[in-house]
Order: sequence, then structure tokens, then C-alpha cells
Amino acid sequence: MPFHEMFEPDGSIRPCYAEVQNWVERTGIAGLNRRLEEAEAIFRRIGITFAVYGEGGDPERLIPFDLLPRIFTAQEWRVLDKGIRQRARALNAFLHDVYHRGEIVKAGIMPADIIYQNSAYLAEMVDFTPPGRVYSHIVGIDIVRTGPGGFEVLEDNCRTPSGVSYMLENREIMTRMFPELFAQGIVAPVDDYPAELLKSLKEVAPPACKGDPVVVVLTPGSLNSAYYEHSFLADLMGVELVEPADLFVEEDRVWMKTTLGPRAVDVIYRRIDDEYIDPLAFRPDSLLGVPGIFNVYRKGGVTLCSAPGAGIADDKAVYVYVPEMIRFYLGEKPILENIQTWQCAKPDECAYVLEHLDELVAKEVHGSGGYGMLIGPKSTRDEVAAYADRILANPAEFIAQPTLDLSTVPTLGPASIVGRHADFRPYCLVGKQIRLVPGGLTRVALTEGSLVVNSSQGGGVKDTWVLQD
Amino acid sequence: MLSRTAENLYWMARYMERAESTARLLTMGQRMAILPGAHHRDEWRSVVRATGAEANFPRDALVKESDVVSFLMLDLDNPSSIRSCLLKARANAKSARTMLTQDMWEALNEGWRKLDSYDVAEARQQLPALIDWVKTRVMTFRGASDSGQLRNEGHDFLRTGSALERAQMTLRLLDVKYYVLLPETEVIGGNRDHYQWTSVLHALSGSRAYHHVYGGTYTPWQITDFLMLNRMFPRSVAYCYDQLSYRLNRLAGWHDARADAHDTVQQMVERLEQLDSGEIFRIGLHETVQTGLSMTNRLGVEIAQAYHFG
Repeated sequence: MPFHEMFEPDGSIRPCYAEVQNWVERTGIAGLNRRLEEAEAIFRRIGITFAVYGEGGDPERLIPFDLLPRIFTAQEWRVLDKGIRQRARALNAFLHDVYHRGEIVKAGIMPADIIYQNSAYLAEMVDFTPPGRVYSHIVGIDIVRTGPGGFEVLEDNCRTPSGVSYMLENREIMTRMFPELFAQGIVAPVDDYPAELLKSLKEVAPPACKGDPVVVVLTPGSLNSAYYEHSFLADLMGVELVEPADLFVEEDRVWMKTTLGPRAVDVIYRRIDDEYIDPLAFRPDSLLGVPGIFNVYRKGGVTLCSAPGAGIADDKAVYVYVPEMIRFYLGEKPILENIQTWQCAKPDECAYVLEHLDELVAKEVHGSGGYGMLIGPKSTRDEVAAYADRILANPAEFIAQPTLDLSTVPTLGPASIVGRHADFRPYCLVGKQIRLVPGGLTRVALTEGSLVVNSSQGGGVKDTWVLQD
Repeated sequence: MLSRTAENLYWMARYMERAESTARLLTMGQRMAILPGAHHRDEWRSVVRATGAEANFPRDALVKESDVVSFLMLDLDNPSSIRSCLLKARANAKSARTMLTQDMWEALNEGWRKLDSYDVAEARQQLPALIDWVKTRVMTFRGASDSGQLRNEGHDFLRTGSALERAQMTLRLLDVKYYVLLPETEVIGGNRDHYQWTSVLHALSGSRAYHHVYGGTYTPWQITDFLMLNRMFPRSVAYCYDQLSYRLNRLAGWHDARADAHDTVQQMVERLEQLDSGEIFRIGLHETVQTGLSMTNRLGVEIAQAYHFG
């Protein structure tokens, strides 16, 4: 039996869920299901949707929302908080190192080709130091739980982790609909996230900035699947939401076109991938980019958040070494461990993976969004064989992990509370200081037994509570 | 503010205004089409002409209600159809999301795909209800903007867009129907004209207002005065231009800069102040309306230039 976060094996309630249990009893399962419809209507009216590409049907879909919160105790959070901040520091130290002296390679801790042959490594960034030495300003760390004290990191997201708008909106909906749950003040608030984000972004203003930094959010446009989040964050920070066509480069500065004429921009929180950001520096066919922006960046005329090339730190082949990075750069013991991972790039580990593929979860090194993975125990013999052929053809492109006994979180079913697997993504902010609001996004696999929590594949979200002492 | 955002707000308001105008025109068409002799006058054609889309209908055949309902309510190829207007207003709003209040967004977002599921037969059958629905959407949006939006330059762009669109619609209706106003006698002759004019006033939501101002009689001078020059009636050309002048002057204040658009609006306001209905008929109603339309079109172009629209 996997660890259930609400119920002890004997069926009693874990103390942190006592308040929720009372509420469920008062309201009843049927009552909660009725309220769920209400919540969905609010989500749709507000327009909190995400786009699903190329599937037809409703072009703007709601992410399924589960009413029952996921709860961490104050004590659990203290561990997570430390572990998350530690990891964010180490990842940024690693990024600075790989674009400068490469000490971690010289020390023999990481093989050179995992970094320098990696498509996420950006040679254009070599010897450039971004303001404050920060590369990844928002670090999203995906964490799973395997037991009462067992938290393990599934993957890191150092580029532009999405989903923080759900963290805020889920809480907003819960407080709007069930104010009584929050009346006692036991749940730590998360609503200062946008203010904290703005502080962090201002702290990394470029040398050319004089006075109060002008921050903008750069979106590919309103058809992007995460557009709601882009506008939401710009709105809550009170900054402009710009599209690439609103920006241009002149005299080593980036300007936005306003009704008053051009206005200089200092810090760009960009939600556009590296390769599209500047057709002069990267993909010449990119229609999304701002020509010349990368050159201005390197000359200190603007700060891009995250730094181009930050993706090397969240590559799945590099992930394996994060605990080593923590020891190497910080001289600390990792507080959050990785999930055991076999690298198919290594012949002996690859052999193990091929032999045990039907028990393992195998992933593409560069994949994301839950696509291109194999869940061994849930796959047919043919699927496993076909995947094995792919690994054999190109071993360095794959890693594998054990199918963990992941914890389950309480989820509202039609007739009762059911247990479903979930992960957790906190959003750690890195400027001159490191900031972390007590909370994050819990994604839950709504299908019984499923391990895939991605919204593009039937996952849902729920509010996450960190209890205060 | 971003030029693109200003443009989004300006067009969002124009499209919402246009959706309502088109809805009102459809009502006018229905009212006129049931009058005796409607076939001879090809009443639905005048509705299409008022939207500036006559070229889409063959010259020599009678324009049918079903074609007009399809074209003005549902047709996505027609940029002025209600469905197009609502979709484009929402798309503009989405791109300028940070400038909208939650209520404004909800007004635009609510039921944004409703018209997708209608075919012509259903739309005709439920026309009054659909028209009411459209009007309610627009009025909710307007109310939300009025009561909640910050009075910053964004609001001025929004109001500029709706005033310009409104001036244009009143001028177009006058352009299409001016001949009924050509005075042969002091009181507009016969029942037919009476109904035509009440229908036009109705389309501009001004039939009751007219009576409050001028009492019970319809004369060409009074109707012209009401639609062109009355400063109390919020759809008269003069009122819309007062608004445009006010909004553009506020924008000049925000930016500390004037442009050609400011001169044009000033010129038009002064001209409307000098005119009275007698003067209009001496110059010619048709000519006056034509001048008004071309000034309004020019103003639209100059606003886009002044604020660097895309």
C-alpha cells in the first residue's frame, strides 16, 4: 500500500487533515461535488484555461480542479523549504560554472560531453556573467513523496516553469468558496508571490538601468497555452505584458513601443524559449524573436530571465548530478535526494535498464510534459519491446527510474474520498536573495493508479496548504 | 502604455459598439420589412448598406431576410457580423487582458462561443432573443467599463473607439435613409415615412428620447437636428464628437502632445456647432452626411498614426 497523506493504514485521520475531515463531514460528498461545479463555472468565467494544441474541440480548456487540499505540516515544510532553496542555489552555481571555468568537469565529477555536447548548452553564453550571477530566476522543482518523511526530486525546471497562476487561483477559489476553512489562520498565505517575483526581478536589473527598473513580461501571444498565466502575472505585478513585436533594439538598449513613444526596458521575464528569442543570434526563422536582443543582453543593456542557456541545468542527463553539485559548490549534504536514476549512456546501467524495462519508468532525456515516456508495469510486452529498440538505437537519449511507491493524496470522488498520486512543484525565486512562498502547485493524476500528472494528459490541480505552527 | 494595448482597447470598444449597432439594425430591418410595400423598397438592402457591406449582395436581386441574418449575425467572413465582432472584441481583450477589470473580461468571455452553434434557421427563429442577448452583453461590458475601469489613458482609448464607431453608425444610417427626410411638406408625409423614421430612431435607441425633446411630431428638421446636432442624445453625431474631443484632449494631456487627429476633431466640433438644420438642408443633407463620414474616416486614420497603432 502506498503512503496515504490523509489516512493512516488503520483508517484514522493524520492530524494535519483533521480540519479538512470535519469540513468533508459537515458538507457531505454530494455537497462537495455540487460545489465543485460551482468552482468550475467560476474558473471558466474568469478565463483560467489552457490551450490544447491540435486536438480540435474546445480550444480553451479548463484544467480539472479538485476541491480537497493537499497539506504539509509546518515541520514538513521546514525540510522542504531548506531543500528547495539549497537546490536552487546549487543549480545557479552550476550554471555559472559551466559557462565559465567548468570546475565540476575538471574535478572529474561530471563528464564533459554531458554538458558540452548537450543541445541545451549555449556556447554563446560562455564567459558572460548575468547580473547577480543569477541564471535561473524561477526554479520549479518537481517533488514526489514516498513516505511520511520521504521527499524526492523528480526533476528540475530552470527555464520558465509554468503553473504558478494555478497555485494562486486555486487558493483564491478555495478562500472565496470556503472562507471558514481559512478563518483560523492556520494556512500560510501564498498571495505575496507576485510581489516577491517583482522584487527578485528588480534585483537583477542590468548595469545600464538607472533608477527604478522597468520590468516586463514577454509572452509569445494570446494563442500560447500559458497565456492566461502570462497576463495574470503581469497584472498582479503591475507591469506591461509585451509581445515580441512590441519590442525593438536600438543603441544597445531594448525599447517597447508605447503611446508616448519608445520606453527603455530593463528586465524581461520572458516566457519564450531560448531558440526563438532572437532571430539574429539563434533561429533565423523565428517570428517570435526580437532581433538583436541577445547582443544587448551580453552588453548589459537588459536582463533576460531566465538566462539563455539555463536549460542545461534541468536536462534529465544533468539531473543525476544535482546531489553532487550540492556537495561540490555548497559543501553541504543534499536535503532532498534524487530518485534513483539509471543513465542509459553508461553501458552497464543501460544493460540493467533493458533487462528490467518492464518494471521501470523510462524517459527521453530531453522530453517534457509526460510525452515520450514508458511506464513499464503499465505497458504491453510489445510496447516495452518497441521502447527497448529505441533505447538501443540511441542509449544516451534515455534514462530510467524505478516505479516508486508514490504517496496518494485525498481526492474527491463521486461517492467518497479516493487516493490519487500527486506531485508538487514549488516556485523558488532567485534574485539577490532567495525567496520561497510557503506553497506550490500540487498536480494530481485523476485516474486511479495513474502516475501521469501532466495537465495535457488528464492531470488536475488542487490547493496546497502549508500549515503554520 | 504599449501602442498595441491602446490599439487593442480602441478596437475592442469599436467591435462591441458595432455588435450592438448591427443587432439594432437587424431589429430595424424586421420592423421595416413588415410594413406594407416593403418588397418594392428592398428594405433589407438598406440594412446591409448601413453596415457598409452592400457589395456582398447582388445588385439586381431582392435582398432576403435569411441572407441578411446569416450575413450580419453569423458569417465569420463578414468582419462586421455580430459573431465576428464579439470574437474580435474578445481577442483584443485577451491581448490587453491586463488593462481590463475582471468584470469587463467576464462580460466579454461569457458565452463567447454561443453563436457557433446556430444555423440561419435557428437564428431567424430566435432573432429577438438573440438580439436581446447581444445587447445585454454589450451593455454589461459598457457598465463594467464605466463602473470599474481606471480612468487612465487606456480608458480614454476605449471611449475614443466607441465614440468614433457610434458617430460612424449614425452617419451611415443617415446616409442610407436621407431621402426619406427630404422635405416636401413640413410634416413628413404619410404613414410610410412615419414608420420608416420611427424605425430608424428605434435602431438608434432614440424613439422615446426624440419625443422628450421635440414632442409628438416628426419633421425632417427636427429629426435631422436630433440625429446630427442634439448635444443631449448620446448617439447624435455632435454628441459623439464632443466625446471624441474630450477623450482626445485627455490623451493630449497624458502625452503632452497634439497630433493631426486633434485638429480634425476640433474642426468637426466647430462645424457642428455652427450648423443648424436649416443650414444642413441648404447645403444638402446628403452632402453634409458625406462630409461627416469622410471626416470620421480620416479621424480614424489619424488616431492610428498619432498613437503608433500597428
